[in-house]
Amino acid sequence: MNLDSFIDWILLPLIKIGILFGLLSLVIAYLTLLERKIIAFMQVRLGPMRVGPHGLLQPIADGIKLMLKEDIVPSRADKIVFTLAPVITLIPAFIVFAVIPFGPRSIHIPGFTIPGLNVQVAERTTGFFITDLNIGLLYVLAVSSIGILGIILGGWASNSKYPLLGALRSAAQMVSYEVALGFSIMGVLMMAGTLSLVEIVNAQKNAGAWYVFLQPVGFILFFICGVAETNRAPFDLPEAESELVAGFHTEYSGFRFSLFFLAEYAAMIVVSSMAVTLFWGGWLRPFPNIAALGFLGLVPGFLWFALKVLVFLYFYLWFRASWPRYRYDQLMKIGWQVLMPIAIANVIVTAVLVLWLGGSR
Amino acid sequence: MLETTLFYIFSFVAIVSAILVITQRNVVHSAIFLAATLLAVAGIFLTLHAEFLAGVQVIVYVGGILVLFVFVIMLIALNRTEVERQFNRQWTLAAITAAVLVAEFAYVIFRGKETFPLPSATAAAPAIAVTGNSQLVGVSLYTNYLLPFEIASILLLVAIVGAVVLSKKKTAED
Amino acid sequence: MGNSVLLAYIPIFIFMAIAFLFPIVTLFVAKLIRPNSGGEAKLSPYECGVDPDSDARQRYAIRYYVVAILFVIFDVETVFLFPWAIIYKQLAFFGLMEMLVFLGILIVGYVWIIKKGALDWA
Repeated sequence: MNLDSFIDWILLPLIKIGILFGLLSLVIAYLTLLERKIIAFMQVRLGPMRVGPHGLLQPIADGIKLMLKEDIVPSRADKIVFTLAPVITLIPAFIVFAVIPFGPRSIHIPGFTIPGLNVQVAERTTGFFITDLNIGLLYVLAVSSIGILGIILGGWASNSKYPLLGALRSAAQMVSYEVALGFSIMGVLMMAGTLSLVEIVNAQKNAGAWYVFLQPVGFILFFICGVAETNRAPFDLPEAESELVAGFHTEYSGFRFSLFFLAEYAAMIVVSSMAVTLFWGGWLRPFPNIAALGFLGLVPGFLWFALKVLVFLYFYLWFRASWPRYRYDQLMKIGWQVLMPIAIANVIVTAVLVLWLGGSR
Repeated sequence: MLETTLFYIFSFVAIVSAILVITQRNVVHSAIFLAATLLAVAGIFLTLHAEFLAGVQVIVYVGGILVLFVFVIMLIALNRTEVERQFNRQWTLAAITAAVLVAEFAYVIFRGKETFPLPSATAAAPAIAVTGNSQLVGVSLYTNYLLPFEIASILLLVAIVGAVVLSKKKTAED
Repeated sequence: MGNSVLLAYIPIFIFMAIAFLFPIVTLFVAKLIRPNSGGEAKLSPYECGVDPDSDARQRYAIRYYVVAILFVIFDVETVFLFPWAIIYKQLAFFGLMEMLVFLGILIVGYVWIIKKGALDWA
């Protein structure tokens, strides 16, 4: 392995992973505060106010508290699996971010010579993403499907009734909505003709329109399924506290619990990022091909991306404040008998339209 | 070089965890090692540059079939498996069968080893880089292998019917 | 050059290693600083304060199994759709027809499931 490929595939990714990890922890921490604040405002409360000005230090206090709390392993639990389960859930939730394009391939690093060693480092261009895979979208689906396993194992390992029931419910729910989710993105794939996420965004630039305008039904299906996949309101049945205490993580406490918590919030960010990448033009500014709006291009791509992701995260919180939880039979009915047929119909209609309108898209 | 190193790592993980799958007394532990095996196999697909297949391997096997296995484990009371004997009286017969199988494999590998080297990866690389692995899979699946693909859908239909019929019987009783 | 496909995955392996180390390290640090006092009642499974009367691992409703197996079947179906969708523009009309046949067969199965009520939860 020569120096250039070492820099391209090990050193630069390592730096980016470091930055991403830091940012992600920060965003997740403040997402919890944002959630409490926004829901509080919607309910005419103030939310956290005590720790720091307007509760701004609350996430840090929460983090320290979780570290200091006693970590209980129930006496009947399978201790190895009990420890392993949150880790199995957390790793996929984090490594999905490896392929998400936060911005274009536009970071220029000028060539230079390492003094003393007389080694020439070539000029290179890199992007606001860790790696761009040919199968990017498939990678996201594959990796996030592993997370389900961690949830089931967590519920099983606790050897307690509520977690076990909660785990079965979560898994059945995630599995049910995954099918409709898969169908909902087919329209985008048909138009983009690639599985690489960077290329999908570029295809939207070439098409001159974000895919949400061409695939409105696909987008709505995708986001509904995404909310259900992350077990968030109004699909937060696994955590239906009135019937199941806290679902699969009832027996978890201390930092082990926070690993599940981190995974859930990371998954929310992933769903929002995927919605932005697939349907809302990723890092592209609004109307990417209209020159008159060129001043919008002064805002760098990753800020557009962050802004759009924030909007969807806000939707998540808005949903939680607005809608009551579905009943389990309603949930299954929506997934299998409402969303599925619409998703299949959307695939067929899109296929016909793409063919009919020729290569114009 | 990179391929070879990764191949040996993945194969080692696959084989060790496959052995653990069958030796673990606890079924859930077996399932976890099965996940490791399946992921390692996906890694082996990667070393062959079959990215699409690697992705599908994870989606279908780890995200689908393994989840099904774990569901089934939960549906049955598994307390008994921990106390049952792992070997039954047929183990001599099983050992003989395994030995014959190993001999067969050795013979096949010995006779056919000339055909093993794949068409050189460097020569094939430009074609793959242009169209992409998933596109290549699509082209061959939807042109050359169209009939098997359509038959697969009938197979899936049979599976649907089978699953529902088998489970329906049980629910009719309660 | 032949390695280029695999090279793109190296960052992912690195990320995997870091993502694996993160929970291990934090759990270890938490173990050092947190209090640890056991107690039979505290360590027993949570059942709203009542002593648990039976093992949690019992048999559960067969419906979960039906959902899981139907998921596997439809999952395989979506996997077939991926390569089809990305080369759909090249396949054109031929592609539309073959997918209509494929989906048609599965829609028959889907309608049958609904008619049978296999997915009715109540």
